[in-house]
Amino acid sequence: MALAIRDLSFSYGAAPVLQGLSTGLLPRGELAALVGPNGAGKSTLFRCAAGLLRPRAGSTSLDGTDLAPLSGRERARRIFYLSQDTEARVALSVFDIILLARKSLHRGFALAASAADMRAVEAVIAELGLGPFASRDIGTLSGGQRQLAAIGQALVREPDVLLLDEPTSALDVRRQLDVMATIREATRRRRIVTVAAIHDLSLAARFADRVLVMNGGRIAQAGPPEEVLAHPAVSETYAVGVHLERSARGTLLVEPYIQTE
Amino acid sequence: MAAVLPAAADAAADYRKRNARRLLLVLGGLLALVLSLALDVAIGPGNLPLADVLRTLADPQSAAPRLSVIVWDLRLPIALMALAVGAMLGLSGAGMQTILSNPLADPFTLGVSAAATVGASVAIVTGWSVLPGAGAFIVTANAFVFALGASLILFFMTKLRGVSAETMILVGIALLFTCNAVTALLQYRSNEVQLTQIVFWTLGSLARATWTKVGVAALLIALALPFFLLRGWALTALRLGDERAESLGIRVDRLRLEILIATSLLAAVSVSFVGGIGFIGLVGPHIARLLVGEDQRFFLPVATIASATLLSLASSLSKAITPGVIYPIGIITALIGVPFFFSLVMSIRGKGA
Repeated sequence: MALAIRDLSFSYGAAPVLQGLSTGLLPRGELAALVGPNGAGKSTLFRCAAGLLRPRAGSTSLDGTDLAPLSGRERARRIFYLSQDTEARVALSVFDIILLARKSLHRGFALAASAADMRAVEAVIAELGLGPFASRDIGTLSGGQRQLAAIGQALVREPDVLLLDEPTSALDVRRQLDVMATIREATRRRRIVTVAAIHDLSLAARFADRVLVMNGGRIAQAGPPEEVLAHPAVSETYAVGVHLERSARGTLLVEPYIQTE
Repeated sequence: MAAVLPAAADAAADYRKRNARRLLLVLGGLLALVLSLALDVAIGPGNLPLADVLRTLADPQSAAPRLSVIVWDLRLPIALMALAVGAMLGLSGAGMQTILSNPLADPFTLGVSAAATVGASVAIVTGWSVLPGAGAFIVTANAFVFALGASLILFFMTKLRGVSAETMILVGIALLFTCNAVTALLQYRSNEVQLTQIVFWTLGSLARATWTKVGVAALLIALALPFFLLRGWALTALRLGDERAESLGIRVDRLRLEILIATSLLAAVSVSFVGGIGFIGLVGPHIARLLVGEDQRFFLPVATIASATLLSLASSLSKAITPGVIYPIGIITALIGVPFFFSLVMSIRGKGA
């Protein structure tokens, strides 16, 4: 029971972005961190996997079922891609947009939200601590608050696969830890597959069950954080030295440094 | 966690309260609409006492023929036409603004009205009818065909180039300027009588109302409003941006085309029936946005009701300014609409709502 992305190729015009990328099996219940330099194609990989872009070759399958032949609705039910926060200045509240994420596939005239929908939204709001600003319009919120609301959208949908594009980039240190813990907990409890693009290697090491290093349109290295981050592939990918250390509290810390000859 | 839970319950309670308030606004809007309709029927040239008007409405059989003609054949079609056209323009504007993520979009900005004017001008200047056998309805028929043609061009151009909001706006603006140029050309080649006719048509007038037109418009609204509401959640999702909407399972391109067709049809019908009535399709949706936000389940009906009420009030005003004279409504909406709109934006923004 796993997500598998195989031999994915994609190019924007003549510029190849993904070149036969395979992730191996990403089992349900596991949080995978996708790391790689800017422009490595992480978002493109997510868009291809979620069906928003049509790859030139390759496949994305969940539990052995290819997702490509599914209708957009069916795919959207199983897989949710949370893009990096859009600057939407819209007169919709946090509550509105989280409920919307649950109701977006709704068809028909029964326009009101069901009691179950309301409970699900309440639960997510409680889980992420959105209560104090849940009734405010998203246009009036800070970048971090908007990002939290967007994560609320991802959680409330209860998909099988969550693809999160830098979900904590705008959050303060406490919120980063809270959100990553919430995402990991939800991944385990619901037995879903979560892949999160993360720039902070220490954060990735701390919360991910597995780290995927992306470089040159391929996955250069994949496996448990401690193994992967110690691998020379990481140094090569970022052109930095990497120093790993266990803190006194037992947390794996990753210190990148610029090498001088 | 225990400390956070009440806040989440509060948020849900807040949401329910806000929904109740928004529903109340829909009902209040309907009431305002009925009142403005009554006002519109009650006033006009002829200075009929209100009691007479009401009695004629309630019991047309026993009323004096003169009263009956004024109320049932003149005032009521015009008053209902004001509501219907207002509703069509409002719904059309609201739909366009949503699919284009642009609060300035309406049938005018996208060239649909300008194309209708070209059609009307062609009929007036050359007497050439696009639909054979249009007879006395040649101006209306031409206006409709041209407006629909503009929408089709918009439709195919965007299909060709990809259905992004930017493409649609650019094509719409190009259409607008082209149509204006063609109208100017036709005006240049027309004689004085024709020129007067074109100008009068451009101003927009409810005096062109008939019971048939009212019926067609009412039917169209009765079909269009459910068509929009069925897509309420999807349209709200579109407000979060194309990519997020697509992640949420919305077929963005298709939705945009469906709504484009519906809004074009609404705009084409209303413009061909009464000429160019500006500003309503812009102001109505804007009022709705300020009142109920952009949850399309509320936004679309409130935009429709607000626009209908506004045009109805403008219709009353067009008769009240100079007793005995009915000004073309297009002039009233533009002249009164702008300051009204401006004061509304300032007062509500000031309160930080």
